[in-house]
Amino acid sequence: MNPWNHDVAKDEKDLVDVQIDGVWMQMPRGLNVVEVAHRAKKFLPHYCYHPKLSVVGNCRMCLFEMGTPKMGPDRKPVLGADGKPEIAWMPRPQIGCATGITPGMGIRTDSALVKDCRNGVMEFLLINHPLDCPICDQAGECKLQEFSVEYGTGASRFTENKVKKPKNVDLGERIVLDDERCILCSRCVRFSSEITQDNVLGFVNRGSHSTLTAYPGKSFDNDYSLNTVDICPVGALTSKDFRFQMRVWFLKETKSLCTSCGTGCNTMIGSREGKVYRLTPRENESVNSHWMCDHGRLNFHYLESKERLTRPLLKAAGEQFPGTWVDAIARAAEGLQKVKPAEIAIVASGRLTNEELFVLKRLAGELGVSQVDTVPHLGQGDKFLRSADGNPNGRGAELLGLSSGGRVLSGWAAAILSGKIKALLVLGGENLISAGIPASTLAKLEVLIYSGILSNETSRLAQVVLPGSGFAEKTGSMVNVHGRLQRMTRAISAPGEAREDWMILRDLRMALTGGNSLHSVEDIWKSMATEVPQFQGLNWAKIGDLGIQIESSAKADEAKLA
Amino acid sequence: MSVPLHAGTDHCAGPERGEITPALERQAEELVARYPVSKRSAVLPLLHLWQETFGYIGPRGVEWIAQKLSLQEIQVLELVTFYPWFRQRPYGKFHFRVCRTLPCALGGSGKTFAALKNLLQLKGDAQEGALVSEDGFFSLEYSECLASCGTAPVVLCNDDFHEKVDEKRAAELVSACR
Repeated sequence: MNPWNHDVAKDEKDLVDVQIDGVWMQMPRGLNVVEVAHRAKKFLPHYCYHPKLSVVGNCRMCLFEMGTPKMGPDRKPVLGADGKPEIAWMPRPQIGCATGITPGMGIRTDSALVKDCRNGVMEFLLINHPLDCPICDQAGECKLQEFSVEYGTGASRFTENKVKKPKNVDLGERIVLDDERCILCSRCVRFSSEITQDNVLGFVNRGSHSTLTAYPGKSFDNDYSLNTVDICPVGALTSKDFRFQMRVWFLKETKSLCTSCGTGCNTMIGSREGKVYRLTPRENESVNSHWMCDHGRLNFHYLESKERLTRPLLKAAGEQFPGTWVDAIARAAEGLQKVKPAEIAIVASGRLTNEELFVLKRLAGELGVSQVDTVPHLGQGDKFLRSADGNPNGRGAELLGLSSGGRVLSGWAAAILSGKIKALLVLGGENLISAGIPASTLAKLEVLIYSGILSNETSRLAQVVLPGSGFAEKTGSMVNVHGRLQRMTRAISAPGEAREDWMILRDLRMALTGGNSLHSVEDIWKSMATEVPQFQGLNWAKIGDLGIQIESSAKADEAKLA
Repeated sequence: MSVPLHAGTDHCAGPERGEITPALERQAEELVARYPVSKRSAVLPLLHLWQETFGYIGPRGVEWIAQKLSLQEIQVLELVTFYPWFRQRPYGKFHFRVCRTLPCALGGSGKTFAALKNLLQLKGDAQEGALVSEDGFFSLEYSECLASCGTAPVVLCNDDFHEKVDEKRAAELVSACR
């Protein structure tokens, strides 16, 4: 629980009257003026203020003109002709971030005084800041640049020499610092002391040479460090992974989810021309607030891995050759039809979306296959966002009845050896060898069909390889470990001939059982909402951008322990 | 003319390596106990204690204090780099501070500084911080107002205050130290 949460009112019904730019409104008691202005559809520009960090009031950008009700000799507010209190305006401006609203307060966000203040603050900030936006990676999403256009003047009166500070400072594994661009807002310092409690950042040589630095000998590389790059209002902190790769205004932004663990942090995919350049956290107070871990944020380069499968592969004479989708689906269907349904086992995957899993469930049901399970991926969790459950949709697979959390799967190695299982359909790119079924055992199978996005030891043993889609290449929904149903949207197309997994499963189902329905995500939802109790009454649109809690967090935990 | 002098701290031999004695620990505990509400407030007294004991505040001091007060090292370093009184490297056994604020500057503190620099055979640029003699016996730096503008130029030698220090008096000071 964030101790600050300046944007959250203690009680939305406990309202006070305030006048904002001449209009009287009611706003929740306790909010500060930056937040109140925001709610009134006004904007107080700010650098250092962040709703999830402590207030320090050091940038002075959110100065506003403040007034209080004029008191008569009887100590009662003097009412104007309109029956509203008259306001006595203070001669000096106040900072919005550190000023809580009081009854009858007057707020001017756009008066001549306020404009003059902003202009002055901008001029001071730009005195020592390099004026080289064209070569700065922050350009396009830089608050200094934006506010300079909005509230600054076109030219500087400063003719002296700028202060020189360290440039290209290696702060840690993932972050580079340019101290000359730093405007000393201290958001990063506060983030690392207040949110991650692992503070190695601070300002040394305070004064005109104030310098942001990591404690000598320590590096700034905790697993949440890249969030400071997001909240840095300027180009001081940049991500080594993203800097100078792409101008931000070229990036297409697509709402998605992080699939690196069961938390399902909401993300924004920044992509251009079929390539993902970065993931950034998307605000969702019910899941990840404004943050995400570095591990999840950087875990997308595998979409362009050399191991990426881009064409269906068919095995002939012991070797895999590229083939067409028509042949691949036919070969797969043929293989699965050769054996009895009781001899087929399906490795579903906690990495697949609910939609994909639902088509699979239909397929398994129609074929009469009862042995279905997922591979557990247990990882290292932390106390903040990262879950120890590495499956992004493990809970979804459980709700759809396709997972026992690996218990059923653990008996499959023996069943293959004894000949009880003769065919295996592997989905979601699971590597069975690391899941405890040795290659020599897999070699005993009559049929092995693999679908995934990367080749691995398991895929190389398969008779048919069906190339699927990564998280950025598909639309679907997942249920996180806390029982929240959330959706992700496709940002880019899968490379080569790779396809979205639900389409692969749809085609396979058609070839195997003749099942001819479920032709779109909306279609799938229509059926899924009636068949899965937890999805009752829901549809694609209802999930919304922020998801829906479909079961209590405690219930999801309980189910996991059972 | 004799000049009263306090002996400087002897820290010529890498004193931060000196022993942290039980007495020092006890002094530190007493200082921390003065701030029952927030022990972070003890950071400045502890920095003074460390510098008085060891002559300067290096990484060992920063880490010792951070650990004593449950702070991050950087939070201590921020203060060390802010206050000009705190130093991160050994100064001389006799450390001169020459005031350069306006009244002293008008009173000729620049000449005093140059005389001291010359007498002590110090090299380097005073803008970069204190100058330290090769034998580690003397050091010299500019300081801001020492609050005796009526008797400019003024010089602080270790903890002793000297008024109206012209070039002649500077020479006397140096020979008294020697």
